[in-house]
Amino acid sequence: MADDRPTLLDKMAILRSATPARIFLPRAGAALTTRATLDFQLAHAEARDAVEERLDADLLFNELTSRGLTAIRVKSAARDRRSFLLRPDLGRKLDDDSREHLKALAGDYDLAFVIAEGLSARAIARHAIPVLEKAQQSLGQTSLKIAPIVLAEQGRVALGDDIGETLGARLVAVFIGERPGLSSPDSMGVYLTFAPRVGRTDAERNCLSNIRPQGLSYADAAHKLIYLCNEARRRQLTGVDLKDEASTLPSGERRAIDAKS
Amino acid sequence: MYATTIRGTSYRFPDLKTLMAKATPLRSGDCLAGIAATSAAERVAAQMALADLPLSVFLNEALVPYEEDEVTRLILDGHDRNAFGPIASLTVGEFRDWLLSDAVDEDALAAVTFGLTPEMVAAVSKLCRNQDLILIAAKRRVVTKFRDTLGLRGRLSSRIQPNHPTDDARGVLASAIDGLLLGNGDAVIGVNPASDSPEQCYELLSLLDELRETLSIPTQSCVLAHVTTTLQLIERRAPVDLVFQSIAGTQAANTSFGIDLAVLRESREAALALRRGTIGDNVMYFETGQGSALSANAHWNCDQQTLEARAYGVARMFDPLLVNTVVGFIGPEYLFDGKQITRAALEDHFCGKLLGLPMGCDVCYTNHAEADQNDMDDLLTLLAVAGVNYVMGVPGADDIMLNYQSTSYHDVLAVRRMLNLAPAPEFAQWLADVGLTDARGELQPLALPASFAPLLERA
Repeated sequence: MADDRPTLLDKMAILRSATPARIFLPRAGAALTTRATLDFQLAHAEARDAVEERLDADLLFNELTSRGLTAIRVKSAARDRRSFLLRPDLGRKLDDDSREHLKALAGDYDLAFVIAEGLSARAIARHAIPVLEKAQQSLGQTSLKIAPIVLAEQGRVALGDDIGETLGARLVAVFIGERPGLSSPDSMGVYLTFAPRVGRTDAERNCLSNIRPQGLSYADAAHKLIYLCNEARRRQLTGVDLKDEASTLPSGERRAIDAKS
Repeated sequence: MYATTIRGTSYRFPDLKTLMAKATPLRSGDCLAGIAATSAAERVAAQMALADLPLSVFLNEALVPYEEDEVTRLILDGHDRNAFGPIASLTVGEFRDWLLSDAVDEDALAAVTFGLTPEMVAAVSKLCRNQDLILIAAKRRVVTKFRDTLGLRGRLSSRIQPNHPTDDARGVLASAIDGLLLGNGDAVIGVNPASDSPEQCYELLSLLDELRETLSIPTQSCVLAHVTTTLQLIERRAPVDLVFQSIAGTQAANTSFGIDLAVLRESREAALALRRGTIGDNVMYFETGQGSALSANAHWNCDQQTLEARAYGVARMFDPLLVNTVVGFIGPEYLFDGKQITRAALEDHFCGKLLGLPMGCDVCYTNHAEADQNDMDDLLTLLAVAGVNYVMGVPGADDIMLNYQSTSYHDVLAVRRMLNLAPAPEFAQWLADVGLTDARGELQPLALPASFAPLLERA
């Protein structure tokens, strides 16, 4: 009679599905097999390409305006990719022309959105507009005064402080490409800072990370962002004292929102 | 004022910390801080001036003010004048020659350990080529114990790092089993928790403890939470083997980590009181890395390598089981490429060993640095030749939670085979007892010990 109880090897296969980590890889002696080696090389190549890629700012700008959104373009003080990587201080600062441009648009804004490529232009190209649209749909029902969307090249997170301060915004949300991992070359982060001004520390921000279809979904990211915006306005702060207590959306509601896009 | 003249050009350095910074091999973090040498010739001029300084100058001129920094006070107040005796009359350059000389063996190095300050070993490392850093460090072994013996000559240990993006228990367990089946994990089975929530850390600690108990593995486990979280968990009687904490080389940088020396002392006392070690009581696990003080704007215009050595000055006061420089983790603004990462790792290992620490290294890089797995292969081999106590084992070298690349379980196997190194003796015996290795100590191709069955039942 056949024994249909699962073997230890079957159980290992079940365990294999418990994590996206590269476990139970086959070996050739004390090394990885050719296939596993090349799989790794490909993942690394994709992550490297993601870092080197520059944002097609023209394309993204046109996509924003074609959706009826007002957008403006700025640059950080980092002139090229190498100085962006080596001089984080430059990526946190507007260049002089951009600051003048923004000064002319300064006003009484409740919230400013900044889109910056950070370390993954791919993440921004893929995920910024979907999350922004969902967030704006929710904000449409409020009377918040929202600044023109700022599209920033070669920006780090703290560039949002310079932008928010120059625009006169009470809250700034920076959408930024995260440092690419091998399993995730296109993760987007959103950093929210109340009363942005140059010199804010990371402890004074809230962060939503790993936004991508395989990570934090667009709908959940927008939902959490709006929750944090509302709480930040109510409590007049962001950072370590503002905990993310937003529940994730029930799955039915998530489907309804995703179906709209 | 320090000065040197080369072929008619005179180079001046206003103080000791400027001289130290200018003498450092090129790295992006010192450029970012604006303290690096501005030319290759100026760098060598600084090295020449540094070589002529007596070692004792570091006992008289503090790089970070004594009054304002408890790390400086710890270092200077803890200096052992008697141990310093054999080298008290040497210059930094003569000290390099002394370290390299055939007459100076392991015992001679051990004898001067507490006569050395971090600044002295940082200074001499700046005069060493990579080969010198390897040659000298290979003389010095530092042995520590908890449930197995780490750091013996002829041994290379590894940490299983079974991280998971959401701390999923089955995912962590699967990853840990993978590492054990590949003969890794004798240094520690240590998870970086995705969340610092005490509940989650408690669950992870219990999971790892159950894994170790079920398989009777002579090793230790750790959840790398903030020291204050671990202290809370000890009070709640969680199964804490080791207290983990990231540390840095200035009081201000440690403040930015939310710690001070007092909380480290308190946590060590708490862990010792648990008496969980079976053959030793080294209960602390520290991680460090060049650039952390600059990143926290707490660097006092000192170079990042000297501050890293000062972090070791902190670590050695707590008799740690493991000290790990996470060398390429922070990013290219501190260590730009494979060359800088390699140099930094060899310096860190050298300085740590001379100061009496059980040095391990997370041989690693991020994707925005100019480095790849070939650089890691090179560095891993160099460190193993230099006698590093332990390295990381990460599934497929890809950490899916921290988004960086390290060394894999396979890499540890490869280096053990190439250099004829074995795991810790107690752990090697366990591998043989459960049937994972054969009589020669080689890993069996398809071994799946029956003792693993209860664990797999959880799948």
